[in-house]
Amino acid sequence: MEHLGSRWLRLLPLLGLCLLALAVLPFIGLRILTPAEVWLQAGGPASDIFWKLRLPRVLAGMLAGASLAAGGLAFQALFRNPLATPFTLGTASGASLGASLYIGSGCSFVLLGVSGVTLSAFLGASAALALVYGLTRVRRAMATETMLLAGVAVGIFFSSLILLLQYLSNQAHSLRILRWLMGGLDVIGYQSLLQALPMVLPGLILICLLRYDLNLLTGGQELAASRGMNVDRVKLLLLLAVGLMIGAVVSVAGPIGFVGLMVPHVCRRWYGPDHRILLPATLLLGAAFLPACDAAARLLLAPAELPVGIITAILGGPFFVWILIQREPRR
Amino acid sequence: MFRVRQLCYCAGKKPLLADVTFSLEAGSTLAVIGPNGAGKSTLLKCLCRILPAAPGTLEIQGRPAEAYAHKALARLISYVPQAVERDDLFSVQDFVLQGRYPHLSPFATVSRRDQEAVARALAWTGLESLARRRIVTLSAGEQQKVLIAAALAQEARLMLLDEPAAYLDPYQQEQIYALLERLRRETGITLIEVTHDVNRAASGHGRILALRAGRMVFDGSPSELMTSGVLQAIYGKTFTLTRHPATGCAVALP
Repeated sequence: MEHLGSRWLRLLPLLGLCLLALAVLPFIGLRILTPAEVWLQAGGPASDIFWKLRLPRVLAGMLAGASLAAGGLAFQALFRNPLATPFTLGTASGASLGASLYIGSGCSFVLLGVSGVTLSAFLGASAALALVYGLTRVRRAMATETMLLAGVAVGIFFSSLILLLQYLSNQAHSLRILRWLMGGLDVIGYQSLLQALPMVLPGLILICLLRYDLNLLTGGQELAASRGMNVDRVKLLLLLAVGLMIGAVVSVAGPIGFVGLMVPHVCRRWYGPDHRILLPATLLLGAAFLPACDAAARLLLAPAELPVGIITAILGGPFFVWILIQREPRR
Repeated sequence: MFRVRQLCYCAGKKPLLADVTFSLEAGSTLAVIGPNGAGKSTLLKCLCRILPAAPGTLEIQGRPAEAYAHKALARLISYVPQAVERDDLFSVQDFVLQGRYPHLSPFATVSRRDQEAVARALAWTGLESLARRRIVTLSAGEQQKVLIAAALAQEARLMLLDEPAAYLDPYQQEQIYALLERLRRETGITLIEVTHDVNRAASGHGRILALRAGRMVFDGSPSELMTSGVLQAIYGKTFTLTRHPATGCAVALP
């Protein structure tokens, strides 16, 4: 509406936060770098740490944070449930199972430039989404409740399979799986970032194109259908977009929980329910939040590095409860 | 503009609508009445293809409904549900803007035309002063107007309303009915209204269609409807018929 222009201005603080994260976080770590070392001694150790370790790690964190947050936002609109995220609904479990199978099998391959672990994670995420979607198709009902329950069931099922896999694997593989399940952004160089981009970008673009559809879905599928939405197709496209993003992100960073829950809810409080502004806000906050958590994970127990998934989950657990309490009085 | 031929709809094996046949001229109005569970809402949902009716049973402006793309159909038919979602956090103007969905492209932002359509819809419903309020903070009558405004922003020629005054007090009911009448007179929009109120159906519409257990049991004018035999056949109970002391119209007392 006529006030959208000023609403775009309201995104500036988040954009600033994002740029601040990009400008400051690569200097922070076990060894605090100064801009002078990085810029003046090209090729020196500080410059190497900055360009080859810290910067790709921050960029990977931004990409993962934005994707996880957007995935959560999309699922909350699609399922019309504040607790729906790719994690609560089994997509991340599916991706984790795919990646765990790959790690547990001990094999290693690259297909068409996409690493085996990325591919396995995507296939796992797709399997989880297909199961959820398929279960609702069997009922031939458009009920989101069915989809939600199916998602929870699929999530529990896949998580148990991961536990089974861990139980059956030898100790070394089991440990690798466990460490990977904690989630972490310890990427080295730009390789895994470039691996994830071909899947993350189409997913993100797709979700951005569906911003009007996300708005309409929050009012219920019947009303959306009456306004001319091809509901089945939009649902499928959203699931595909989330599958692509989550598959890629989980393969790079492991299942980092709660970003998809926290970031969209915080943004909804600040910016309201309109996805035209909520979606960019969510992307920006996600991109700033996750690398910041990662920096905290690196610093808290330095020189040891905490898995970032532990930090987000420790923040996320209480937040989850807070959301539950907040919802109660309005029902 | 609208022709329905032997429309059937089944939920699973259970038939909810069977053999519904009628046609409707542009600019006319139709009330759909019948007991609970007769299939009134189901009929409305089939007409705007929220629910899939069998191919060939529905014809709009000379073309079968399934020949229209989803958005093209939504530019011809709009739908007003019974009530807004209780947890809808949108502001009035943003909700009404969602009615523009069939006119929007995913690759474009909201255009001046869209904004003008929203402004017109708000003006019609008298909601300009509430444009920036959140829907949940409005009264039930105002919320109903928001739903109608969103349907108006859709700029369709046919509007389907599912019990637009069901939860409203008599004053707000009258306001909604007056709005619909003004719309019909001044814009020539075609209206189909589902209602439980026999007297509303008879006084507000030139033609009434009654469903019972998914089948059409009556299709006629108000004067044909307002006889104890017909009402008994529709609702399975007797009504007392009298004349309104002021207007002289037939009134059915339950």
